[in-house]
Amino acid sequence: MSRYTSATDADRREMLDAIGVETIEDLFADIPAGVRLDRPLDIAAGLSEQDVYARMRRLASRNVSTEDEISFLGAGMYDHYVPALVDNLLSRSEFLTPYTPYQPEISQGSLQVMFEYQTAISEVTGLPVSNASVYEGPSAVAAAGYLARLHNKRGRFLVSRGLHPHALETLRTNAHGFGATVEELPLSDGVTDPDALAAAMGDDVAAVFLAQPNFLGAVEDLEALAPLARSTGALLIVAADPLTLGVLKPPGDFDVDICVGEGQTLGNRLDFGGPSFGFFAVQEHLVRKLPGRLVGETTDVDGRRGFVLTLQTREQHIRREKATSNICTAQALNALAGVIYLSWLGRHGITELAELMLQRTAYARAELAALEGVELLHEQPVVREFAVTLDASVDRVIERCAAEGVNPGYALGRDFDEHPDGLLVAITEQRSRADIDRLVSVLGAAVTAERTGVMA
Amino acid sequence: MSKTMNDNRLHGDPGIADTAGQDGRGLSLEMPKQRDRAVTIFEKSKAGRRAFVAPELDVDAQPLDDLIPARMRRTEPPRLPEISEPEINRHYKRLSTRNFDLDEGFYPLGSCTMKHNPKLHERIAALPGNARLHPAQAPERAQGALELMYELQVALGEVAGLPHVSLQPSAGSHGELAGVLLTRAYHEDRGDHRTKVLTPDTAHGTNPATVTMAGYEVVKVGTDPDGGVDLEDLRAKADDQVACLMLTNPSTLGLFDRNIEEIASIVHGVGATLYYDGANLNAVMGISRPGDMGFDIVHYNLHKTFTQPHGGGGPGAGPIAVSDRIEPYLPRPQVVQGDDGSFVLDYDRPKSIGRLRGFQGNYGVFVRSYAYILSLGGDGLREASETAVLNANYLLARLREAGVAEYLPVAYDRLCMHEFVLSGAPMKRELGLKTLDLAKRLLDFGFHPPTVYFPLLVDEALLVEPTETETKETLDAFADTIAEILREGEQDPEIARNAPYTTPVRRLDEAGAAKRPVLRQPL
Repeated sequence: MSRYTSATDADRREMLDAIGVETIEDLFADIPAGVRLDRPLDIAAGLSEQDVYARMRRLASRNVSTEDEISFLGAGMYDHYVPALVDNLLSRSEFLTPYTPYQPEISQGSLQVMFEYQTAISEVTGLPVSNASVYEGPSAVAAAGYLARLHNKRGRFLVSRGLHPHALETLRTNAHGFGATVEELPLSDGVTDPDALAAAMGDDVAAVFLAQPNFLGAVEDLEALAPLARSTGALLIVAADPLTLGVLKPPGDFDVDICVGEGQTLGNRLDFGGPSFGFFAVQEHLVRKLPGRLVGETTDVDGRRGFVLTLQTREQHIRREKATSNICTAQALNALAGVIYLSWLGRHGITELAELMLQRTAYARAELAALEGVELLHEQPVVREFAVTLDASVDRVIERCAAEGVNPGYALGRDFDEHPDGLLVAITEQRSRADIDRLVSVLGAAVTAERTGVMA
Repeated sequence: MSKTMNDNRLHGDPGIADTAGQDGRGLSLEMPKQRDRAVTIFEKSKAGRRAFVAPELDVDAQPLDDLIPARMRRTEPPRLPEISEPEINRHYKRLSTRNFDLDEGFYPLGSCTMKHNPKLHERIAALPGNARLHPAQAPERAQGALELMYELQVALGEVAGLPHVSLQPSAGSHGELAGVLLTRAYHEDRGDHRTKVLTPDTAHGTNPATVTMAGYEVVKVGTDPDGGVDLEDLRAKADDQVACLMLTNPSTLGLFDRNIEEIASIVHGVGATLYYDGANLNAVMGISRPGDMGFDIVHYNLHKTFTQPHGGGGPGAGPIAVSDRIEPYLPRPQVVQGDDGSFVLDYDRPKSIGRLRGFQGNYGVFVRSYAYILSLGGDGLREASETAVLNANYLLARLREAGVAEYLPVAYDRLCMHEFVLSGAPMKRELGLKTLDLAKRLLDFGFHPPTVYFPLLVDEALLVEPTETETKETLDAFADTIAEILREGEQDPEIARNAPYTTPVRRLDEAGAAKRPVLRQPL
């Protein structure tokens, strides 16, 4: 008997009799012989539950997780603490196992969660409308590009080089399909160069993409950049890091048209990159072009308050080729983690957490910059992450640190040819001063060793 | 087993005792469902309450102005709830009870493959080596994860009969987009600039929506009287401007297209690619493979066929498999095995369409799907498909009995695969009950309704997919209930027209919601 099925031999006989066929094979009579698989699948025989667990545990044990080393890796996903409350509520089958809320009468839990989530994202970003989530951060950026293309029919995207490189590449992949070009705006001392933006603007620009903070950790001066970006009818799209918005002015305050971003930091674990969620918030005038699900409040026939999927004439199952996106419901469970987490942080907690990161990051930045052979890559304000340049091979320094149980950060040379020995260092609230001091000591020793040619 | 709710319907909360259990009915009707006015977590906020306690500030605090200029800082905190942990917990626990879920009862939602979600998978996904593995970890320190992804690629490729797999797409719709972008890259690389993509009129809405996003024009292909692709129409529309045909096989009608070899030959004959929407793969694992049918590109729905829990609408994953000629264009990075047996991320793919998202994809989903494949093995996957098809045909046979068939005839009178379509048109005509009414009345009996009003081709459609993990007893109870609701409709159609009665809310004003959208809690 196959795992997780219940049909007994007697059941099968009775069922086949009721159907009026002799064998299960007869049920597949429609499949032409020429396309039948005439051999068993070349996949090993099934295992018992305990054997599957043992095998999967062995695989997991070959990964070095953030519990196994002191990790300063960030670059888009961050090792924030996930409260036990999140794990506990997400494991409830009532949230874990339903499909999309197509029957609202028996989906009020999920629908209200989405409504609350939309409210929380609206508050954090400062924009009036949020959808119920999209896949994740970089594809949210691409989806925003598609919205801009639908909105003003223009074909040029201007993209800050401070945007996450994965977002930039994802945007390129998508824009090639729907027919838009992508041009990069250079950085100057770590932030988007306003003169380059002004020079590149024109009537044919569909959208300008900025990141806040940007990939190098720098806080962009949206006050200066936003009016330039919006000067010719282009949409301004900002990819924001939501936890930093506990201390940074929200994109909505700068009349940003669309604010998207990666939601992993809001109560979602790292999971080697997913699943997490992307958030997608817009100004009122773009509501009817939003991708994805949107939940609205209403009442039932007895006048009771309730929630439904709404404005569905934007969507693929209604509008088909005229839909504003092909996306269905996405990441509902991860968005639930997001709204539980934001409620757990609360109105003041999000600021306290951001300020804690700000202080520890400032400490780490100053301590590292004081090391011989380590320089700041830029001097801009930062919140949780900053970039340094090493006077040594960053890959070899990372190797040396790893041998000491410290993961010092992300090698910028992977994405930025101009920073071959750049290192991006992230300080979440899980990295204490003691951890930072250990980083300073191990990294300092590694850089010195590399510079003086000491064998690893 | 048969109980009516007539006596109680006026009360709104019928106090009929029923037992959730063997028959797959989820809702226990012993207790009326909670009928409180919905209160959001924002409305429960009270100044001064909190859950979060920040870790100690263990460095010397510097003035904020020295760190970030005041003009860049937030002046007002976001109006997130001020609420204690016990109250957050209770709020969401109580909200959860306002959901119906797969663990509660039968969920025959067509095209969605609501099969059991094994609990082992949650335990494995939560192991720190998985859950707390940073996606930018160096490959040599993430060998377990990369090996898992590699092995999953191999197994998925074997199921589809296509050797090259990318796990990157985040959902079925995302896999479709990948597939059409791959098609574009393939043609463009040959200097062939095509403009159209064919989709059958039975297609999921995601297919035509995807085509538009990928910059192609949609051309619809008709369906023949037998439920398959209309070959004449296909021949007429397949020309050298067609880049691709997107097909679901078995189709959204639950029917295997007997002409698949001819279809492939027509499509390939004009130089187009053949794309397989894998939403219905659960019917054919180990029995027939898309690659052997002539498909060039396939997407899988790991949340359908491979047991990732649906999560109330995500997360999922939509990996793709492709033939040799499409392989050079796959997204990057790809997980590959080096000569020394270790696993690496290969970015050096000059013809790649590029990334579709950040990092390596929804790894947490891969973990669950790989565990499922390990548990079932090749033979188990085949048995799963066989049982899914057996269950669907048995339920169809039960619904062909007198008392049901005259109101809900099967749309295409053939053996079905893992799902089938009924038409509620006679029920509407004879009893004045719409498919929607039947669906809503099913809620009172503790069943999730089938997919309704899809596929669009069938009037008053009900698309029923029982999956392999349901018992005969559950299928019987469902069939009995359908018959009972129809009998009840003969007596008094008003009952179903006003259903449901037992749910946390009753029918909702969707038109009003769209007319005056309230999309967030006013604060």
